Formats: sequence, C-alpha cells, structure tokens
Amino acid sequence: MNFDHSILSLIVFFPLAGAVVLALLPDKGKTMQWGALGVTLITFLLTLHLPTHYITGSPAGSFQFTQDYAWISAPAIRYHLGVDALGMWLIVLTGFLAPLGVLASWNAISERKKTFYVLFLLQQVAMLGIFAALDLFLFYAFFELSLVPMTLLIATFGRTSERRKAGIKYFVYNFLPSALLLVGILWLYTKTGTFDLLRIEALARAHAISGNSAALWLCSLAFLVAFAVKVPIFPLHGWLKDSISEAPTAAVMVLAGKTGFYAILRFSFGIFPEQSHRIAPLMVALGAIGIVYGALIAITRKDMKELAAYSTLSHLAFITLGIFTFTISGIDGGIYQILNHGISGGALFLLLGFLYERYKTYDMRDLGGLAAQLPWMVTLYVITTLSLVGLPMLNSFVGEFLILSGSMQSGYHVAWTVLATTGVILSAGYMLLMIQRVFYGTLGVTSSEISPRDLYVREHVALWPFVALFLVMGLASPLFLKTLDANGVALATKPAPSATAVDSSFVDPNLKQDIDLKTGKAKVRVNAPEGRLY
Amino acid sequence: MQIDNNTLALLPEGIMTAAGVLVMLSEPMLPVHASRKPLGWLAIAATVLAGAASWYQRGFGTVLAFSGTIQVDAYSIFFHILIAGIVLVTLLGSLDYFDGWAQEGNSGHAGEYFALVLFGSVGMMLMTNSVELLMVFVGLEISSISTYILAGFRKGKAAGAESAIKYFLLGSFATAFFLYGIALAFGATGSTSIAEISKALGASGYSSLAFLALGMIVIGLGFKVSAAPFHVWTPDVYQGSPSPVVGLMSTAPKAAAFAVLLRITFAGFGGMHARWSVLVWVLAALSMTIGNLGALKQKNVKRMLAYSSIAHAGYLLAAFTAFPQAGISAACFYTAAYAAMNVGAFAVVTQISGYAEHTRTIEDYTGVALRRPVLGALFAFFLASMIGIPFTGGFFAKFYVFSAAVDGGHTGLAVVGLLNSGVACFYYLRLLVAMYGKHVETGGNERAKFAKVSFPAAVGLGASALATLALGILPGQVLDRTNAGAKAVLTVPGAAAVPVVAEKQ
Repeated sequence: MNFDHSILSLIVFFPLAGAVVLALLPDKGKTMQWGALGVTLITFLLTLHLPTHYITGSPAGSFQFTQDYAWISAPAIRYHLGVDALGMWLIVLTGFLAPLGVLASWNAISERKKTFYVLFLLQQVAMLGIFAALDLFLFYAFFELSLVPMTLLIATFGRTSERRKAGIKYFVYNFLPSALLLVGILWLYTKTGTFDLLRIEALARAHAISGNSAALWLCSLAFLVAFAVKVPIFPLHGWLKDSISEAPTAAVMVLAGKTGFYAILRFSFGIFPEQSHRIAPLMVALGAIGIVYGALIAITRKDMKELAAYSTLSHLAFITLGIFTFTISGIDGGIYQILNHGISGGALFLLLGFLYERYKTYDMRDLGGLAAQLPWMVTLYVITTLSLVGLPMLNSFVGEFLILSGSMQSGYHVAWTVLATTGVILSAGYMLLMIQRVFYGTLGVTSSEISPRDLYVREHVALWPFVALFLVMGLASPLFLKTLDANGVALATKPAPSATAVDSSFVDPNLKQDIDLKTGKAKVRVNAPEGRLY
Repeated sequence: MQIDNNTLALLPEGIMTAAGVLVMLSEPMLPVHASRKPLGWLAIAATVLAGAASWYQRGFGTVLAFSGTIQVDAYSIFFHILIAGIVLVTLLGSLDYFDGWAQEGNSGHAGEYFALVLFGSVGMMLMTNSVELLMVFVGLEISSISTYILAGFRKGKAAGAESAIKYFLLGSFATAFFLYGIALAFGATGSTSIAEISKALGASGYSSLAFLALGMIVIGLGFKVSAAPFHVWTPDVYQGSPSPVVGLMSTAPKAAAFAVLLRITFAGFGGMHARWSVLVWVLAALSMTIGNLGALKQKNVKRMLAYSSIAHAGYLLAAFTAFPQAGISAACFYTAAYAAMNVGAFAVVTQISGYAEHTRTIEDYTGVALRRPVLGALFAFFLASMIGIPFTGGFFAKFYVFSAAVDGGHTGLAVVGLLNSGVACFYYLRLLVAMYGKHVETGGNERAKFAKVSFPAAVGLGASALATLALGILPGQVLDRTNAGAKAVLTVPGAAAVPVVAEKQ
C-alpha cells in the first residue's frame, strides 16, 4: 500500500488520536504509561517510513510526502504538508525521543498521570506539525499550539513551588515575539496573496515580495526574533533556566533547540535570504559569545539542572554560529548538531531525571562518590558526557568539527572561531567537573544516606538506544549528511543581488497570482550566480 | 401560503414576544413554590423556533418591510441566529440556576427572568435588522431596559443592586448621546434612514455636523459594547450581576450593538470612512490597552473577564479600520467567535460558582480542574480561545481581524493589538494555571460544594465548546455567511455605492 501522500498527516495526528483515547480511559494502575508508550512507539515506527522511502538526491527545495489541500478559501489557507531531509530527520528525532520520554516519566510522574500523558502527546502533535507544515498559517498554528501543553507541563508538574511562575514566564516570553511574527505573516500575505511557503520563497528569490526594503527588514526581524526566542539564542534566553530547572524530564528533553532552529532555517532563510545574509555577522558574533557565556556560567553552577540549562545554551550557540556562517559545512554541521543536541541533551536530561528519582536533589554538593553505588549509571553518564563534549567517533564531534571549519572558511575574523573553540574546552571542563563531583570523591550528605539500586531494566531500555545512536551518528555520519547536504548547499548559496530585481513598489498581479512554481524556480536557478559557495 | 413582508420580516421577533408574554401570564398562575422550569423550557422552545424562523427567512433574499424601516438580509439573519444561539445557551445554563435561590428561602421571580431574557433578545434582534435610526433606538431601549433589570437579579445582595443602578444610570446617559446623535444626523441630512443618510452625504461628502452626529452615535454604542473610554461600568456590573446574565449581556447586546454600529458606519457614513476610521483606531487601541492592563490586576474572575471583554471589544473595533467588505466580514466573524467563547466561559463560571458565588477569586479556582476535570478542561479551552491559541475560534477571529487591518494599511494597529494579546495571555494563563495547580490548604474552595452539572447545562456548554472549536478549524461556512452579510450591508438599496476610501499601501 502506498502511504506516501498521507503518511505525514498520519504521523502528526496519530498522537492526537492517542491523546483522546487516553483522556477517555480510566486513570488506573499503569494504563496511562502503557497507553502513552504504545502511542509513541507506533508514532516512531510511522516516522521511520520517511527515511526508508526518501528519495535521496532530489533537487534542493523539493519536498516529499506532500499533501496539499485547500483548507479555507479566503483567506487562502492551505493544508500543505511536506518534508525535505531537514524536516524528515527532525520528525524522526521527535518520534525517537517520545517513547524514551514516556519511559523517563514512568515512575517520576506518580499522580495526575492522565493530565501528564495527554499534554505530553499534544506536545508531540504540535512539534510534529511544526516540522511538517509548509503553509505559513498552518505552521504558525502549530508553533503557537506547542506553547500550551509545555506551559501546563511546567506549571503543573514542575519541581518546586516556583513552577507556575516558570510556566507563565515561558509562555509570555515566547508568545510576545510570536505576536509580532503573526503581524509579519499577515503583512507577507497582503503583499503576496498566499501563505504557501513555496510560493513565497519563489517570490522572494525573484525579489518580488515588496519593493519596500525597510518593511522587509522589519518583517524579517519579526521572524528571526520570534524563532531566536524559541531556540533560545543568546541574549534572548531569559526563560531557559527557569523552564529547564522546573520542567519534568520528558518535557525538558524536547524543550529547547530544534523547533526554533528549524523555523530559522526553513522560514527566515527561505523567505528572507538577503536579510538573513546581512544580519549574519551579528548572529555569528552572538553565537560565539553565547558559547562562551553559557559555558562560563555553567561552570559556576552547583545545581545540575541549571548547569545543564547553561550547557544547553552554549551548545545551541554553536548551532547558531554554524548556520549563520552561510557556508556549506557550517550549515550542514549546524543541522547535524541540531539532531545531535536533541539526542545527547536528551540523554543527559534523562540521566539527570533518573538520578533525581533516586536522591531527590540536583545539588552537586549533596552528592558525591556515587560511582561505587551505581556502576551502570556512571558508565552511561560518562558516555553521554563524552558525546556532549565532542569526543571523536561520537556524534557531536562531527557537528562541531563541521561548524568550526565552516566558521574558518566563512571569512569572518578568525577571532570568532578561536572564541568558539574555547567553548569546546570549557564544555569539557564543566561536564567532567560535574562527573567528578557527583560520581567520585567522598560521599556527599544525601548519597551517604540513600543507597539506591542501580539502573532498572526500564532505564536500561531508555538509555541504550541513545548510546547506539551516539556511535552510529559518530561513525556513519554520511548516512545522514548525504541527505542533509541538499539543504546545506541550497542555503549556503548567496541570493541573487537585488540590483537585478524587479525594481517596483508594487507587485505584478499576474506574477502574484499565477506564479508557476517549477519554472519560477528554474528561472531563478539560472539567474543565480552558481559560483562562490564560500 | 403567502406571507406578507411585514409578518415575515419580524417573524422571529414576533415569536419571542409572544412567548415572553405567555411566560409573564403563566407566572402568576403557577403555585408560589412550584418550580419555574416549565417556563424556562417554554422560553427555550421559543428561542429555537425564532432561530428556525430566521433560518427560514434566508430563502427570501433582501426583504424591506414596515415602510423601509426594517430590512431582512443575510446580515440580519446572521446576527439573528447568533443572538438566538447565545440566548439558547444562556437559558440552558440557567434553568437550574434559581434552584440555588430557592435554597436560600426565596420564591417566585424566576419566571420574570425568562420573560426578560426573551424581551431583551427581541430588542437585540430588532437592532440588527433596523435600517432606520429611530427603529434602532427602539430596539436598543427594549434590550437595555431588560438587561438593566436582569443585572440586579440577585435580589437582596448589595452588589446586585449596585450593579443594576450603575448600569441603568450610565446606560441611560449613553442612550441619550445616541438619541442626540440621531437628531444631529437628521439635522445634517434630513433623514434618519441609513440609506437616505448615505445618499444625502454622497460618495465622499463631508459635513462637520454629520461627523458630530456620528461621533455621538459612536459614544452611545461604544458604551453598549464597553469600548474604552466608555467602559467604566463594565467591571462593577459584571461582578454584581448573576453569572448567566453576565454571559448573556457580555455577548448578545454587544453583538447587536456592533451589528448596528457596522451598519451605521459603513452603510450610512461610508463616505467618511477615512475620517471616522481614525476615531475608531484610537478607540480600538485604547480599549485593548486599558482592558488588558486593567485585567492584569484583577483577582476576581468575573472582574477579570469583564476587563477581558473590554479588550475584546478593542480587537473587534480594529476591523472597522479595514476596507469595508473585509472589515465587516471580519467584525461579524469576531463577534461570533467572541460570543461562542465568552458565553461558554460564563456558563462554566455559572456552574462552578453557583448561585451563592462561593468561588470568586483566582485563588478560589485553584485545583478546580482536579476536582471537576471536564468543567476544568472546558474552561481551559475557552480561556485558550480568548488568548488566541490556534485551532480555536478566538485565534482565527483575531487572525482574520488583524489580517483585514493590515490589508487596510493599519499595520501599526495590528502591532498594538497583537502585543496586547501577548499581555493578555498573562492573566488568562494565571487563571488557567491556577485551575491546574495543586490544591493548597489555604485555597478558598474547600467549602465549595460543586453541584452536578445538569443535562441542559451540559448541552449548552457542549454546544458553545463545539462552536468555538468549529470556528477555529473549519470556519469556511461561517466565512461565507459573513461575506454575504457584508455584501448585504454595503449594497443598501438606492444608496450610492460605497467607494474604496483608503489607498492600498
């Protein structure tokens, strides 16, 4: 049977159906856990359909598994789904993390399980929708929707009494810039008459969105800022620490990084290529500063969750640096690092969660000398740490190497690359320091009182897939990069200079209405200077 | 069977009036301590029938009746059905409301309540199909007087009396402005018919007297829709009135007032759009900002929702600045979405706080979702719609209004509005998060005994939730209706075509 035209809808809405079923089932025993595990596993299996049926080598900017229906006629909103390599791998990653998130919450969430798992599945729907949507309205809908379950997860299942504040902070921080994003989207609609990403991109390449460059600039900023807060990119990271330290493990694993970066790559770069290139120096600088800033603060933290929060900030800044160099290796590495961060960061938060279940504290001063008590745990901690700090042969090394080499090629001052590279050293510093404090040395106050069991089978099942992926992604990176390269090459291509553009304050209505996508693209490709890919 | 125009045009109003009179007549016949629910069912049946009658009117196109003072068209039918829907949900939700009253040892009066709701909605319906300012005034008065009385219906409570008197005093002051506006319009154009006014003003005609008249009319109706700076009555009145009545009067009279305002501004004074849109721009920005900032400080849920309704009036007013067709259509859609979510939210509040209003503040709502998961989830859904979370009516409505405003060149207003909705999410979330929070010992709802939700109330709640969801996911049908309505308003028979007044930027 050929699913290809409905598989994305199936992936996006299967968790929703699961959430509805869970909401109707009685909250008794382990019903909720098994139900959620079943739903997420099936979703993951469905997502595996994508890489196995993906046609590699198709031209950049072409989407597969597409589904395109008119949803609302006026305003012209379409139900348009589709993925390229970038979206596909992110969907697979989301599908992969979900069952592990359920395993992480198995015992950690002991009351109000129904609320938790229903919200968790809704969060899945929103994220999968973000990666699949190709219509701006549809994308925005999923983008906003993703805030609600996460806010409730933080505010209801947070660790301390500050949880409500943290939840509301997360929501307001993300909602305000996306309100401006909506204005930007509406402005684009009045200029182009469509919400369809592919049409808008084609118009953007032909410089036919608007002759008003100031308005275009503002609009591109509205997009970039909304996404940068979602990532978060330094210095817009105000919500990150509180949300990470409050949110339950399963929520933290999907909290930061991928949705924001995906949106930048897909929408900011796609619709505003020129503006993105022009703002790139600033973003490169913010990236390099963010790497060091996050790392330096992480070193000072005594609370492991906070340390992980700032290490997240630092690692995300690496990706910022990579994608804004606009070099092929920088962007490839950035995308690869988005996936890596999802996996390695996810594993770290999972381990932190397991540790917390045992000792009920994240404070490193209370812990110490756990290596003797928990040999398996310490093994996995060390492997995860090595993956995070970029040990060769493990996954992050590939990404960081590509990013740093991209940054060297990019033509920015070498000092930025040097600054970024110190981040690698600092990251090794704080991560190993954490290992040393928690697992070696003398027994801490709490760890001398409690001597819990080493990893349970459920926890082994949750952790070893990560380790396998560290190795696969470290050793067989071409498997992924081969497909992702199309994105990297397309995005690194400098847009045609606007001097050759249709210089007009109005848009030709024919062009607006009947733009033929295929020829439009072909034309642009011929016009674009193929040459300098940096 | 041949029905003459006059009967046909006022068929829904006729049904509601007859039922109202019947309720009034049967009330004294019933034994003093007998339940008044049969009267409630009578009112519900009449409302359904009136809605069906409006639906039936659809087949006749534009009908002019009563010497051209009443015009039944797609626009009036849209609002008739909307108002009938609101009244239906309110009545379903308040059938059992007066049981609480009976428990306090009172009797009687419940019959009056049903009659007043019916009479009030006759007035509102009349407002939406009048094309003659004096007729509008008659409708406005009928609806206002009923709501003044309804506002004070928790008799014996000081807050109830306060709210009724405040509403009455300020309300009659505002209707005086409206009447003065009509008089000035007559002075400026020689007519009180909307079509004639439009004709007299011409395509781009301007007279300062006519503009002053419009200003007065906007003040009068601005009070009814609680737009800032005519909003000061709103929080006190909402706080003191019974919850089902607030659900009604925060939606139905507003829908009617917006319907009238749209007709008067776009059809009557369409030639001056460029001038009055500036005025409305300011009103919209003020209402949003004052409403949202005011709501931030509120601890009482009803007061908070009152300020939120001021803010929503502001969002809605933003549609007036757009091009006529898109603006009217967007405003109609927003009215429908706002009505669905707001009447739903107050239906939940009615169920949670009961007649005695034991659950009032945000703190009291702590843990409500734990004890009443379905009610909590519904309330959360309505609040999410008010925030403007996608896949709800509130989101699409906001999207549609601001897309119309941006299209009309008012990007600035869209920025103000959407930043405001960012501020707004804070207080909605505070309530939402509190509901899902763990119950704390100090929480006030320990003593609250939540009554079981009766079947009719559940039907009402379900209907408004379904409407809110449908408007967010599949708005196509409703958009067709609002567009048809906008067309009907803009083609006033015999009036000059409304020109496109603003240049597209």
